[in-house]
Amino acid sequence: MDEGLRSELQKQGVFVTTLEELYNWGRKNSIWPLGFGLACCAIEMMAASMARWDLARFGAEVFRPSPRQADLMIVAGTVTKKMAPQVVRLYNQMSEPKYVIAMGACAISGGPFKQGYNVLKGIDRYIPVDVHIPGCPPRPEALIHAFMTLQEKIDAQQLKGEGRPRHLDPDAPSEFPIPEYGEHDLEPPKNPEVWRPAVVVR
Amino acid sequence: MSNPYLPVLILMVAALAFALGPLALAWIWAKKFSPKKPGPAKNATYECGLESKGDAWVQFKAEYYLYGIIFLIFDVETIFLLPFAVAFTGLSAGAFVAMMIFLLLLVEGLVWAWKKGVLNWE
Ligand code: SF4
Repeated sequence: MDEGLRSELQKQGVFVTTLEELYNWGRKNSIWPLGFGLACCAIEMMAASMARWDLARFGAEVFRPSPRQADLMIVAGTVTKKMAPQVVRLYNQMSEPKYVIAMGACAISGGPFKQGYNVLKGIDRYIPVDVHIPGCPPRPEALIHAFMTLQEKIDAQQLKGEGRPRHLDPDAPSEFPIPEYGEHDLEPPKNPEVWRPAVVVR
Repeated sequence: MSNPYLPVLILMVAALAFALGPLALAWIWAKKFSPKKPGPAKNATYECGLESKGDAWVQFKAEYYLYGIIFLIFDVETIFLLPFAVAFTGLSAGAFVAMMIFLLLLVEGLVWAWKKGVLNWE
């Protein structure tokens, strides 16, 4: 709907909206995260949900113990290669539409343990990440900022066309392949469908 | 003259609509805007992240129960032994013999179980 017409109508006391906006408004204010912490960053995530930072202001205080009821996975901590298949499986088990926040240096790239033989160098190798928060650990304020960024993203999501959520696209895959333990590394070591690292030009 | 229960009926219908309306709306919405996207991991029974393996219908060894029962008998026996030991100096010979017979009966059972090989854990 035309912005000018809308504000003109608003001045007259008539509020108009679209079904899509209403839907996104409801979704963005009730993001339920999965209660799921992997390492030290999870402590900050817990702090963010407690009284001092109060994630409840964003409608996101209900940490769900089951992936079936969660909309958001906060990958809070170091993802070891032992844990990666479980993370991907849990992500697969979440109901659509679902989002991922990679919290902290570890979830983004392996962080301080990047050289470790058993540490996954970023969860975005297997699942699509919506918001990355740098930091080791990121403060709860940073997590809240990630929440607000995600809310903006959800708000701008269209139900039709190119950028629609995956569940509305019949061609999009329903699940991402779960890696398995191989001889030296996880098999496959990454999912090329998801992982598109920026090309470094020297 | 209308029935005095008419307002109750109207309220009941309103309450039902209030309860069922949102459910129906959610159902219609899900049909139209949230098509199902099932997959093998999503349809799995367990949701702890690990794959379930094996059968849920495993049997415990019967030996476990025999162990448990024998343990329980001697566990309870201590309750009788304790007052016996405390009052030992003041007891008559008859009471002592009775207690010994009681002990013997239980120990006999233990020896029998031992002979039967119940105490061997395989
Ligand atoms: S980013 Fe830092 S604080 Fe977070 S899990 Fe890794 S080591 Fe811990």
